[in-house]
Amino acid sequence: MTIAAADQITMYRNMVLIRRFEEGVAEAYADGFIGGFTHLYIGQEAVATGAITALNHDDYAIGTYRVHAHALVRGSTARSLMAELYGRATGVCKGKGGSMHFFDAQHYFLGGYGIVGGNLPIGVGVALSMQMQSRDAVVMNFFGDGASNQGVFHEALNMAKLWNLPVIFVCENNFYGIGTDVRTSSSFNEIHKKAQGYGIPGHVVNGMDVLAVREKCEELVRFARQGGGPVLLEARCYRYQGHSMTDAGKYRSVAEAELWKKRDPIPRLAKSMLEAGIVDAARLEAVQAEANEVVTDAMRFAEASPWPAPEALYQDVYAEDASA
Amino acid sequence: MPEIRYYEAVSQALAEEMTRDPRVFVLGEDVGLVGGTFRATEGLMAEFGARRVRDTPIAEAGIIGVAMGAAMTGLRPVAELMTLNFGIVAMDQIINHVSKARYMFGGQAQLPLVIRAAAGGGTQKGAQHSHSIESWFVNAPGIRVVMPSTPYDLKGLLKTAIRSEDPVLFIEHEMLYNSKGEVPDGEVLLPFGVADVKRAGRDVTIVAWSKMVHEALRAAELLAHEGIEAEVIDLRTLDPLDRDTILRSVLRTRRAVVAEEGWRTVGVGAEIASQIHEALFYELEAPVQRVAAADVPTPYAANLEKLALPDAQRIVEAVLKITL
Repeated sequence: MTIAAADQITMYRNMVLIRRFEEGVAEAYADGFIGGFTHLYIGQEAVATGAITALNHDDYAIGTYRVHAHALVRGSTARSLMAELYGRATGVCKGKGGSMHFFDAQHYFLGGYGIVGGNLPIGVGVALSMQMQSRDAVVMNFFGDGASNQGVFHEALNMAKLWNLPVIFVCENNFYGIGTDVRTSSSFNEIHKKAQGYGIPGHVVNGMDVLAVREKCEELVRFARQGGGPVLLEARCYRYQGHSMTDAGKYRSVAEAELWKKRDPIPRLAKSMLEAGIVDAARLEAVQAEANEVVTDAMRFAEASPWPAPEALYQDVYAEDASA
Repeated sequence: MPEIRYYEAVSQALAEEMTRDPRVFVLGEDVGLVGGTFRATEGLMAEFGARRVRDTPIAEAGIIGVAMGAAMTGLRPVAELMTLNFGIVAMDQIINHVSKARYMFGGQAQLPLVIRAAAGGGTQKGAQHSHSIESWFVNAPGIRVVMPSTPYDLKGLLKTAIRSEDPVLFIEHEMLYNSKGEVPDGEVLLPFGVADVKRAGRDVTIVAWSKMVHEALRAAELLAHEGIEAEVIDLRTLDPLDRDTILRSVLRTRRAVVAEEGWRTVGVGAEIASQIHEALFYELEAPVQRVAAADVPTPYAANLEKLALPDAQRIVEAVLKITL
């Protein structure tokens, strides 16, 4: 393993924070502080963490409706994200976006889209923009297994390859599109091989192993940045919860879920860092405690934050009615 | 002033804006080598190269998504959809993504993006190529809708559209591409939200846009023989809507007809008629009349198509109904 100790600790901190953040979201949802559709990321932490930490600060990431983790790893504060979920004026989108529509321009995170596959051509456009402006940045374009059956998936891959754009498509294959098994929805379910139909190299990685994801993504980011064109990575992973907060996930067997939970990415990294002597148990506990504190603080901050002012209703529809 | 055709006004405006601002680029189906199905982008690829006049696959949702991604990260794309019929294929990207992004991301997303498309019937293209569906887009907040009726207006409005910080749907009329009009060389800029009184009159106000402006002007000629002086207002932009000019005129004439090529039910005309009634009910001599297309898919047979689409004669009949 070639990943520096400090980077491993950073990744561990990210994964623990994501896990604790999502647990906090579940509590706040149950308590009625969060409304609408809310899709948790518990179980998939290794993917966003391993992939996004392979980016430079001014590379772009864009994703789907399940993006709490991606925004956190990109650098958005837990406070700004939690407040967004609470619909407060202090939220990262001033309370106008909600769970599915995080966006943080400051951290080069471009959303947050609620329509399956909708972000794929947009990410390709960002990559085109980088190429046309001769900028060095790459785009990491996240999507799920379900999105690979949408028309825009094919349009996006086709254009990305046609113009040799610096985009890394990252498929988070958690095997379920809402409640439908990938084998029921996809005539060909080795998603990384779908890229080959467009002449795009496709790779597969264990999405429950953050070090493997990181290592592979470093390689793919380098490839895209050096002009190699688009690449696709399929990270096989599992979400422990249902599709959203209102889904109990009864379409999956308990045995299946238990099997995947044994592959949990957080204890896996903890164990390997302990064995390598990178950390001791006390350090790991400190990381857990810190995440607890950050999330508790974020929830307090969100609850104490003001609702958007009534005049915000008509702000930002058009450029001329920009908010302050 | 030199006379040029409507389609030439498009390429003039594009060339001038591309020269002025290196961030402006054109993309779409057949826009480059072919020069546009309606000749509107003729000569641009030779002048600006294949990078800035970019031929795309036939992938409408992809084209709009790509343009959106590019607009969010520093470029000013002008995407051509060839015809607005294909805009229906891209409806998710236009409405769910482009028109909502600024608002739902709390003002962080900048979308200086123009979508050009040809619309309108009257050339026996059958039901799937004869759409006048501007009402669908005017109904959605977050995207401007522009429909020029003359080469002069086209040039001035397209240049404004390209400089606008908001996404703009720029709808050209298929049957106007060969129409001629005086357009000065060089800078013409027309503001959005300012209607043009194409003919002054005291007895009735005819509100129209795009090709129906010409039908309204013909109707006004016919009515003049009957001693009725009709005022013809060309809205030029439907969003923003120049409500003041409409109401000021109707307050004087006390009679109004709204003429549109789109379907009658839930059309833009219904909205304008309602606004006039809300504001001026007690000033009106008669109920506002609507002239619109029959609520049927546009038929192919020449005689039926003529029956389905509104024309000058229909406008005359509507005016006579409230002036005799």
